[in-house]
Amino acid sequence: MNTKIQYEPVIGLEVHVQLSTKSKLFCACSTQFGEAPNQNTCPVCMGWPGSLPVLNEEALKLAVRVGLALHCQVSEKIKFDRKNYFYPDLPKAYQISQYDMPVNKLGWVEIEIQNGKEIQKKKIGITRAHLEEDAGKLLHEGVKDGSLVDYNRAGTPLLEIVSEPEIYSPKEAYEYLKTLKMILEYLEVSDCNMEEGSLRCDANISVRPVGEMKLGTKTEIKNMNSFRAVERALNYEIGRQMEMAAQGEKILQETRLWDETSGQTFSMRSKEEAHDYRYFPEPDLVPFRIAREMMDSIQKALPELPAARAKRFQDDYQLSAYDASVLTQEKALANYFEACVKEGSDPKTACNWILSEVLALLNAKCISVKDSPVQPKDLLGMLRLIEDKTISGKIAKEILPLMFETMKSAADIVQSRGLTQVNDAQLLEDLADKIVQANPVLVEDYRAGKKKALAFFVGQIMKETKGKANPQLVNEILVKKLGG
Amino acid sequence: MEKQLYELTLKEAIDVAKAEGPWEIIRAVIDRTALLNPRLNAFVRFEPEHFLKKSRKSEDFKGVLSGAPLSVKDNICIHGCETTCASKILRGHVPPYDATVIRKLGDAGAFFLGQCNMDEFAFGSSCETSAYGAVKNPWDIERVPGGSSGGSAVAVAADMTIAALGSDTGGSIRQPAALCGVVGLKPTYGRVSRYGLIAFGSSFDQIGPITKTVEDSAILMNLISGFDPHDSTSVNQTVPDYTKALARNVKGLRIGLPKEYFVEGIDPEVETKVREAANVLKQLGAQIKTISLPHTAYAVAVYYIVAVAEASSNLGRFDGVQYGLRAPGKNLLEMYFETRNQGFGEEAKRRILLGNFVLSAGYYEAYYRKGQKVRTLIRKDFEEAFKEVDLILTPTSPTPAFKINEKISDPLAMYLSDIFTIPANLVGIPAMSLPCGFTEKGLPIGVQLMAKPFDEEGIFRAAFALEQEIRIYKRKPKL
Repeated sequence: MNTKIQYEPVIGLEVHVQLSTKSKLFCACSTQFGEAPNQNTCPVCMGWPGSLPVLNEEALKLAVRVGLALHCQVSEKIKFDRKNYFYPDLPKAYQISQYDMPVNKLGWVEIEIQNGKEIQKKKIGITRAHLEEDAGKLLHEGVKDGSLVDYNRAGTPLLEIVSEPEIYSPKEAYEYLKTLKMILEYLEVSDCNMEEGSLRCDANISVRPVGEMKLGTKTEIKNMNSFRAVERALNYEIGRQMEMAAQGEKILQETRLWDETSGQTFSMRSKEEAHDYRYFPEPDLVPFRIAREMMDSIQKALPELPAARAKRFQDDYQLSAYDASVLTQEKALANYFEACVKEGSDPKTACNWILSEVLALLNAKCISVKDSPVQPKDLLGMLRLIEDKTISGKIAKEILPLMFETMKSAADIVQSRGLTQVNDAQLLEDLADKIVQANPVLVEDYRAGKKKALAFFVGQIMKETKGKANPQLVNEILVKKLGG
Repeated sequence: MEKQLYELTLKEAIDVAKAEGPWEIIRAVIDRTALLNPRLNAFVRFEPEHFLKKSRKSEDFKGVLSGAPLSVKDNICIHGCETTCASKILRGHVPPYDATVIRKLGDAGAFFLGQCNMDEFAFGSSCETSAYGAVKNPWDIERVPGGSSGGSAVAVAADMTIAALGSDTGGSIRQPAALCGVVGLKPTYGRVSRYGLIAFGSSFDQIGPITKTVEDSAILMNLISGFDPHDSTSVNQTVPDYTKALARNVKGLRIGLPKEYFVEGIDPEVETKVREAANVLKQLGAQIKTISLPHTAYAVAVYYIVAVAEASSNLGRFDGVQYGLRAPGKNLLEMYFETRNQGFGEEAKRRILLGNFVLSAGYYEAYYRKGQKVRTLIRKDFEEAFKEVDLILTPTSPTPAFKINEKISDPLAMYLSDIFTIPANLVGIPAMSLPCGFTEKGLPIGVQLMAKPFDEEGIFRAAFALEQEIRIYKRKPKL
């Protein structure tokens, strides 16, 4: 008998988030992205001999804020360590990081996985989330011989968030990243901009026979520039490892680079070539305790997080789980929705308009919710016109893009373009009579049971009224006239 | 015979400068150094012109110091002035900022003459490892001045500067002070900002004064001490007026002589003079008692694990990328190798290798971690001792100045030169060496006083009394 061994992947993710402080982790230099090379530097972040680091308390506060939001144990004692290695973008030849006493440890993130129609919830453990400084950047472009170094990024604060190896598919990995990013954005601790490098992700992955508890030999994958890339790279790597395992080949512990173009991973360095970082306590920064009051004030200032907000949207506004989840994915979007509701809109109506029309228009124009030219009160103005039957929903769908373009109110557009709904029953009845008389064959069809013919009559009236007829009223009149 | 201007103590120089301006003194010291430096090699850079350009205006010389000329060890950064740690690898390195002590002394009206020679990166006890060549002891130019702040100690001893700053990681201020017959103080760790001191062992390093008298030491300590927001290891504690501690009164002061510091291997002449110093204090009213610091034997071993671990990391940045020497290489790795191979001397390489070894995977627990644990035991020794006594009195160095080349090829013998000074750095307590006599051959002998953290005042009190009683600071080397 030929039994094939089934394998399963085991994935752990390391996410580096740049904390959005004004100044760097250990000096007063600006963290502004996009400045001229080496503009935001000083003896400290350049690692000049004799310079010393001084901790930016704001970065620590943001780190604690994340830790509390991820249900971590926040360490009362703060200690830093040196991670020693040579690279030109690392000015001191060591990175100040946290080794055996991370500021945050043992937390979790709850993710939702769509399984057919069902949404499953799963907790992914967070091993640790520690503070460290970023390195500079090598520039090769336009340099003939050698490279240049830009130290603007050197010393910017990073939080490295390490998950437990509890992610069992690329899809889970994607959802984990999405959820984590959502939380970080809600916390307003980072731009989470992958293109600018303020959010980066490395993946550790191994495969093992299903049922086996022991982890297989892992590889670490780097150089993935989007969540989709992480998903693709993991899919590729799982395939590669499973194939090797099936053929009895030994998987090597190594670091591999994802190549977006070819859709493959390539070996970068083996375990033997791996660095010995020679970690030891950073003697330039004395360990200290976080004051209880500081911890409490951070805890108190925690905002409502996406999961809690989605739950509240379901409870308070009777939205579906799906709608609530989509609305709360982005803090600004959820705020937009709630602003509409607070201004007096029916929650369900606002939700429908936002998730379909408003989002489509924003996405098409690549505008963020925050910068939307149609603000909640503008949208609400339009919704009121539908409510009081000044315009039909159909007209509203035509008006909304105009509102985006002209930044005028719905009322102004209706007025200037004469789009007010025709609610005059007499006028509509006259029109209906005319059209019914002109199309005896279709009237017969309708009366014989072809109810679809009604659409033709409605369409004709709409055509005559340039779409302004109240559709509900037209329907009523026609059904009455056609009988049957 | 009237005193030459270059012979003035800092206190005297300040008084003269206040009355007549500093220029005569500065001129005298410059002439003296021009004459002696070729023989003694105390300065690696003697550039008063640099500072003349910087501070032409006489209002720069107001302050407490009124323009009194000072010198600093070549590992303390001065803005715009090459600073090399006496290493080839830092040739051409010009700091873009002032060390905090430089800023403070500058604000107090100091005039800097130049930078003093030292062991490369402060790695040594003899000033023989300098890329600028060995420094000579003014009392016998065939002998070493001690190290690593040997240049600063020689400059003070030979009147080539009015006072100087050194740095002390395992005895680098006190041992050369002892071997050159001057006063050297290593302050409590955290008392003086390390910002701008090119690091050797970050948890040990302290900047301190090397001076002709105890009073001068107190004057400089008043100026350089205090919390610095740029140095997280500096301590926010009020700085007393140290000159107020200079009362000739040691009545009731309890002074301990640790039995572990008076053992075989110590030069008999050194032991005699140090015991005599203890007797002088006793006669002045201090209580002298024998104490025990049981873990003393491990101090040197612990130091050469923990300090070199820190050093190996601190010296990583000298990689040819940003400043100093860059040796050409076909690729990045070769550039690193060649730069560090050509740039570092033998002792620096030895310590970098040792430091990397004790931190490496598989050895960290056995060496670095255990070293830190023993460091804690040594700290406890001192905490216990200071329950019984106010000060601890020991020899500074087991021997007087040794011959040049005598120990350079035997690192272990060299490391033992610091056997009595290292514990104060491991524990972080203040310690001073001051002259207490001479050998028959005329070589200076130093006595060391150690105190509780931040009790520099206790040291000043006893040191001043001792100095005023034996009055040997008036004896000068014949040059």
